[in-house]
Amino acid sequence: MIDLLSGFVIELRAAGLPVSLTEHLDAAEAIRHIALTDRTTFKSTLAATMVKNHEHYAAFDLAFEVFFADRDVAQGDDDELDLGELADGQDANASDLTGNGNLKGSGGGGGSEMSAEELADLLMKALKEGDTQKMSRVAQGAVKRYAGMEPGRPVGGTYYLYRTLRNLNLEGVSQELLDEMRAAKGVAKESLDDRLLKADVDRRIERLKKAVETEIRKRLVEDRGAEALAKSVRKPLPEDIDVMHATKDELVQLRRVLQPLSRKLAVRLARRRRLGKRGALDVRQTVRRSLSTGGVPIDPRFKKPRPSKPEIIVIADISGSVASFARFTLHLVHAISSQFSKVRSFVFIDGIDEVSRFFDGVEDPAEAVHRINTEADVVYLDGHSDYGHALRSFHQRWGNEITKKSTVLILGDARNNYHASEAWVVADIAEKARHVYWLNPEPRDYWGSGDSIIFDYAKYCEGVIECRTLRQLEAFVGDLA
Amino acid sequence: MTQPSDGDLGFSESSAPRFESPQDVLDRLGAVNYLADDAISSVAYLADRLRKPVLVEGPAGTGKTQLAKSIAEITGARLIRLQCYEGLDESKALYEWNYRKQLLRIQAGQQGEGAPVTADSWHALEEDIFSEEFLLTRPLLEAIRAKDPVVLLIDEVDRVELETEALLLEILSEFQVSIPELGTVKATQFPLVFLTSNNTRELSEALKRRCLFLYVGYPDLEREQAIIAARVPGITTELAEQVARIAGALRTLELKKAPSVSETIDWARTLVLLGKNSIDAESAKETLHILLKYQSDIERARKELLSVAG
Repeated sequence: MIDLLSGFVIELRAAGLPVSLTEHLDAAEAIRHIALTDRTTFKSTLAATMVKNHEHYAAFDLAFEVFFADRDVAQGDDDELDLGELADGQDANASDLTGNGNLKGSGGGGGSEMSAEELADLLMKALKEGDTQKMSRVAQGAVKRYAGMEPGRPVGGTYYLYRTLRNLNLEGVSQELLDEMRAAKGVAKESLDDRLLKADVDRRIERLKKAVETEIRKRLVEDRGAEALAKSVRKPLPEDIDVMHATKDELVQLRRVLQPLSRKLAVRLARRRRLGKRGALDVRQTVRRSLSTGGVPIDPRFKKPRPSKPEIIVIADISGSVASFARFTLHLVHAISSQFSKVRSFVFIDGIDEVSRFFDGVEDPAEAVHRINTEADVVYLDGHSDYGHALRSFHQRWGNEITKKSTVLILGDARNNYHASEAWVVADIAEKARHVYWLNPEPRDYWGSGDSIIFDYAKYCEGVIECRTLRQLEAFVGDLA
Repeated sequence: MTQPSDGDLGFSESSAPRFESPQDVLDRLGAVNYLADDAISSVAYLADRLRKPVLVEGPAGTGKTQLAKSIAEITGARLIRLQCYEGLDESKALYEWNYRKQLLRIQAGQQGEGAPVTADSWHALEEDIFSEEFLLTRPLLEAIRAKDPVVLLIDEVDRVELETEALLLEILSEFQVSIPELGTVKATQFPLVFLTSNNTRELSEALKRRCLFLYVGYPDLEREQAIIAARVPGITTELAEQVARIAGALRTLELKKAPSVSETIDWARTLVLLGKNSIDAESAKETLHILLKYQSDIERARKELLSVAG
């Protein structure tokens, strides 16, 4: 059991979760106190002792499901703690769920063969009743029939999932189900009840998708073993996702973590500002306070410090390749705008436009960022990035507004489509401003390759920072304020 | 720490396990109308067995504080609560010397004798003013010194500064407090400790490492319905179900502040007081401000969920 746990900890660490030695020991101690036959308790025990950040839970969940999907009794033979019990418990669980226990054995042999009609029938029934057992049976049948899994192929299962779900035609089914439930309960279209029904149906479909996913994973583990699979399904933690190449799902995930992240950052900065250093002794208050201790100044008071706040000017490339990166940065900078005396934002592709006005009086930066995408006037000729022209226009129109108080951030990959660089603009900005930083969402190794002219500009910037993930972005913005 | 600490931190025999099994926790919490789920009950069970504090995180109003209260209730323990806030320091959390009383003591001594202060008398005086008589115990020390069983709740620990967190560490891992003038005060019985956090900032690794971690999120439909039924007396099953379903549906919208469980309960109470047995779009609209706290959210919910078309 100890070996098994160590293996799992190694897997967690490989997935990027910071599991310390103490936490590992705690987990080992904790599982002595629980019944290993109870899979849910076992899982929450491991989670409670080793996962200390809720955003990491999804990664833990995945690792757990793969790692403990189907453990063989033989592996734990020489341990004094009976792993056998654990594996048995899981099998019992599995057969409870599926209703027919012949899961193990030949690679994809579990589940009786069902025809397409039977399957569709059962699907409808399962969804209507919201019955977990039936759902797993549907999932089993569907995966068997539609996924077309080939043993030994080194894939992560997303492809199989897609194939299975496409064949089940869930959208059609959910519509049909909705209509039927509507009719059965006599609910009018578009009324409150109707919307609630729809939410119910959506929830059940979600559960079915989960069941299918579990089923596919189970088969993949049987086929290739947990370790191999774990490697191919491993996903980066939200804060480590490469923003430039994020998939649609990952972008949604990023957006979700961005909000708490910017809030945390704002709180941290505000606190640092307030407590940063103490001001001079406040004699009046101290004397007033000392009255209650007979004139002995036990509790000295200090004046509040007033550090100066920088003014931020963001110039962001929002052309296709780096758009999402620019969006996240603008969002983050504006979310903590109270930490700066002023924030001005400019966006460009080959033309440039000021977008600060979109953020004025808007509570939610996400909304403003959305408006930028639709309303800003950033195309000059053909809508391909032209840093040279954009920078020159910036210099003409706003160049004089840069002062010694300004910190200028330029965001972009500096892929200029072989236009002129006009790097003198950056040199001039650097002359006038307090700091100039360039944030590049590309990996450092790619800089200067192809049409990237980042090094033309880098000469004049105080720093060029690789900023591929939210973690890097947060660290930079935190240092800035 | 001079004396070697044995594995059990030296607690007396009286601190027998409080719970039989996770199921036992679940059942007993259910008896006081706190409907836990598997994760909650296993963590509470482990906290007792492993003698570790629990760090509870989750959105506001999902019953984090209530969990500590309910655990105190079922174990028959006294709840000691430390509400954290920015600027909380040692003297408010751990202990403080009673300066005023000490000053009085010194002044009283001077008037009585008039003789010059000798090394001996000074020493006696020092012993005297740093004795327990002049010690003001604050929640943490109180929890440690308590003879009766206690549950210590450290509420909203994310509100204190990073540096202040450090003063919790000794208590959380060793269940002891070191007072330079008096020595180390060790717990005679092991208190169950719950820390809650709304996650407004990242807590330090050192603190997290010492705790079991529990995330309390929004409950699923069935559990929320059961919670409403248990917490709101006189509610019909139908209304409870509807309320839970509406709350669940609202949480899927992109709102600034999703309705919490406690707000849902408040809403259900209001509806019961208004004498409703079931809810329709109209009455939902009128009472929506109990569930949602932002005008923009209310408008959005009205538009997306409650608008009556045609």
